[in-house]
Order: sequence, then structure tokens, then C-alpha cells
Amino acid sequence: MGIELLVNLSYVAAAVLFIFGLKMLGSPATARKGNLISALGMFIAVVITLLDQSIIDYKWIIAGVVVGGLIGALVARRVEMTGMPEMVALFNGFGGVASLFVGWAALYGFEATTFELITIVLSILIGGVTFSGSMVAWGKLSERISGKAMVFSGQRIFNILLIIAIIAASVMFTISTGPATSIYLYVVIGLSLLLGIMLVIPIGGADMPVVISLLNSYSGLAACAAGIAINNIILIVAGALVGASGIILTQIMCKAMNRSLSNVLFSGFSAVSAGGAAAKIEGEAKAMTAEDAYYVLEAAASVVIVPGYGMAVAQAQHVVKELQELLEKNGAEVVYAIHPVAGRMPGHMNVLLAEADVSYDLLLEMDAINPRMDTFDVAIVIGANDVVNPAAREMEGSPIYGMPVINVDMARNVFVMKRSMASGFAGIDNPLFFKENTRMLFGDAKEMLGNIIKAFS
Amino acid sequence: MEIVFLAFILMLSIFLGFELINKVPATLHTPLMSGSNAISGITLVGALTSAGAEHAVLSTILGTIAVTMATINVIGGYMVTDRMLAMFKKKGSTK
Repeated sequence: MGIELLVNLSYVAAAVLFIFGLKMLGSPATARKGNLISALGMFIAVVITLLDQSIIDYKWIIAGVVVGGLIGALVARRVEMTGMPEMVALFNGFGGVASLFVGWAALYGFEATTFELITIVLSILIGGVTFSGSMVAWGKLSERISGKAMVFSGQRIFNILLIIAIIAASVMFTISTGPATSIYLYVVIGLSLLLGIMLVIPIGGADMPVVISLLNSYSGLAACAAGIAINNIILIVAGALVGASGIILTQIMCKAMNRSLSNVLFSGFSAVSAGGAAAKIEGEAKAMTAEDAYYVLEAAASVVIVPGYGMAVAQAQHVVKELQELLEKNGAEVVYAIHPVAGRMPGHMNVLLAEADVSYDLLLEMDAINPRMDTFDVAIVIGANDVVNPAAREMEGSPIYGMPVINVDMARNVFVMKRSMASGFAGIDNPLFFKENTRMLFGDAKEMLGNIIKAFS
Repeated sequence: MEIVFLAFILMLSIFLGFELINKVPATLHTPLMSGSNAISGITLVGALTSAGAEHAVLSTILGTIAVTMATINVIGGYMVTDRMLAMFKKKGSTK
């Protein structure tokens, strides 16, 4: 009894540390400390669990921790900041599969009541969906599989049947006895893995921030369900905290795209665009050279830089920072405008710019920059497309109509750095490129920026 | 009674999570995500008992895999979050 009380009191302490850690993650000044506090909570929870009397053999635990620790540390040190989205997806998947196995293993060693069986099947289900969904997301993000939305006819019906089958198998699992139980168990595992795949394949790359947030939430809920299955309070509390945080991020991302969660989950952009016959965009895009861009920038008093996924692909964040310094030396005010869904995960651009040593107080959110956009001499769009598309504001037929965007077209001059005239990920034409005050800089963003920087020196 | 007790904990934690995260600025969304991702590795705690309890061979195997996966999640998650947050600087603080 003494040890059990100690263990549970330590879990309370760990929960408090998690809560403080998350709270401190809310401000850039305290965030790093917050993360350490949360890690300390995890450390306490893990070490104290080792005192549990039911643990009689430590060799497998040590083996698992050593192998896992080495892999985790290696990946965390090696990963490029541009590769962050796929790494988070991968880690989400690992957390999911761990919860699946914890739930599964809980079947052995004691007689489970019906309530416990329900929680076990829940943790297996959520863990399985998290795992396979994350793996697909990882494949899409790292471009191992096509990032395009994969939609086929009858997909919705297939998914509904799949969910019905999962519910049926889960019910059979909880009420059956003897060897039949494990057959239903395998069916549930297989179907939940399939469901995870089905949930993520219809989602296109531009919607990835939503998916990652959602999978993040699932990984927490999976831990939570596993906690209920094995009656462990710290798993429930920590899992629920993560589950809630993931849901909030998902909501923020959906709001930033003016779409409902079900719309993101069940229909790719392609399905939407078929309905609205967008008005034809008139005009001609005007290209310019790096030298011309230099002359305008040299005379500019205020510049706003709008980065998108293209900046990440071109690894251009360091040159962007270089340009920022040159412009500042030249007496111009430089800020960054960041759309909530720019990039492939929430806050993706902020991390890249932080890596390039850009001060975080220069990174402005969409709502802060839009009202004063007309005061900027130049807006430089680097590898962003849909998040600066004025069609969202002015073309009612456009599939992205109503989505809040950064109104770069209100600035006096707009420079758009882009590889080619191809439309963005969503496959939607962008009238911005044809506006009177827009100039296109075709080519690799990093190279283009390099050329402008050369012109400065 | 136990079910009610667990449900209470669950509900309160979810509300607390909503309150905590609602105030996080967009700049910190990625670290928040990887940091909370590391917390979801708490399932490691459950995996430890499965791996070490010697209930059945299968549960030991499952537990060991779970320990490995969850440790990757925990160690990797915290380390990468720390690496990211170390880069978030205000101008002039350190250069």
C-alpha cells in the first residue's frame, strides 16, 4: 500500500508539472523552460512507475528504453527544421502504436471486466487509427507517396461501412469468450489500421496542418483510452490534455481556412472546385528581373515578407533573413506576415524563420497585418499561393471564397516569387498574379533572393 | 463508482487542456505540437508495466515494443522541442 500511494502521489506531481509546462509553452519567453518542466514531469512519472510491484523483470524495459532513447535522440538532433512536419507525424504514429500495444497487452494477466474490455478496444482502435493515419501523413509530407488528395467514387459509403464493421467487431470482441475473442481482436486491429489510412488519403497537402493537429489529438486520446484500460490516472490526465490541445489546434486551422472539419476530412479541394464555375481571370502576368526588384526595394521604406511552403522547399529562410538585414540597413522597416496555415503544419513558418535567427516579434499574424497592408511599399510573397489569393475575397465562385487571406494585393507593390505559373496546391487560379501592382519573379526562391542580395552589395 | 471517478478526471483534464492551449500564440504552434506530442508518450508508463510484469510472453513482447516506440516519442519529442525553442529569440537578446 505504501508504494502504491507513493506512486500515485508522484503521478499527481507529474500532472502538475505537465500543466505548468503547457502553460509556460504559451509565451516565447518561458516556452523552453516549460518544455523542460514537462520533461521533468515525464521523468518522475516513468521512474516512479519502475517501483511498481508487478514489474519483476527489468531487462526488456531497459532494452526498450535504450533502443528507443537512442533512436529518438538521434532523430531529434538530425532532423532539419524543414522536415519538422513529417517528424511530428512519425512521432505521433509511434505514440499511437504504443497505446495500441498497451491496450492489447492489458488483455493478458488479469480477468478483464466488460467495462475494461470496452476501454481496451477503444485504446486499440484509436491507437491503430493514429498509427496508420500518421504513417500515411508522414508518407505524404516526406513525398514518399503522392501528396495529392486521393478521392474515389463510393469513398464515403466505403468509410461508413468500415465504421459499421469496426463497431460490430468491437461489440463482438467485448461479448465473446474463448478463442473467438482474439479473432475479433485481430479484426478490430486490422480494420482500425485501414480506417486510419482511409481517413488521411483523401486529404491534400495544403490541408496537412489540420490533419497533423488532429492526429496529435488522437495520439493523446489513445494514451487516454489506454490509461482507462489499465486504470492509470496519469495516462488519463496527460492523454486528455494532449487530446484537448490537438482539438484546439485543429479548430484554429479549420477556422483559418474557413472550412468545417468534416469538409476538410471528407472532401479534397478538387471535389469543391467542380461545383463553382470560377470567373475567368483576365490579364497577363508581368515578370521582372532580380535587378528591377532591387531598384524598387532599394527605394522602399517598408517591406512585408509573406512566406509559404515554397520557402521551406527552397530552404530559403536564411537568405530571407539576409535580405531582411540589408533592407533594414537601408533604413526600411521589415516585418513578416504569417498565415495560420502557411506550410505543412501549424507554426511551420515561424520555426523556419526562428532557425534563421529572425526575431519572433517581427512575425505578425494575419489579423495584425491586414489592416495596415496598404501602408507597405512592397510585399514579397515567397512560395505562398493560396494564403495570399485575393479570389478568397472577391470571387464568389472560387473554391476558397471566404477563406481569410493575407491581403498582399493592397500593398503598393507585390513581388511574387514562384517557380512557374502553375497554380498552387489547391489547383486554384490566383488573380493576384495578374494585378496591376504585381510583378512575378520566376525561379527558385533561394536563387532569386540571392540575386537581389547581390544587387545590394 | 470507479467509472464515475475516471469520467470526472477525464472531463476536468479535457477542460483544463482547452483552457491552457487556447492562449498559445500562433508563433509557438509547432513547438506546442511537438511538446504535447512528447507528453502523449506518457503511454510509456503503461508500457513499462506490460513489459516487465511477465504475465504472458505475448504481453512482454507487446510491452517491449510499446516501451521502445513510446521512448522514441518521449525522448525525441522533448529534445526536438527544446532544439526548436532554443532558436526562438527576440532581437538583441543573444546573437
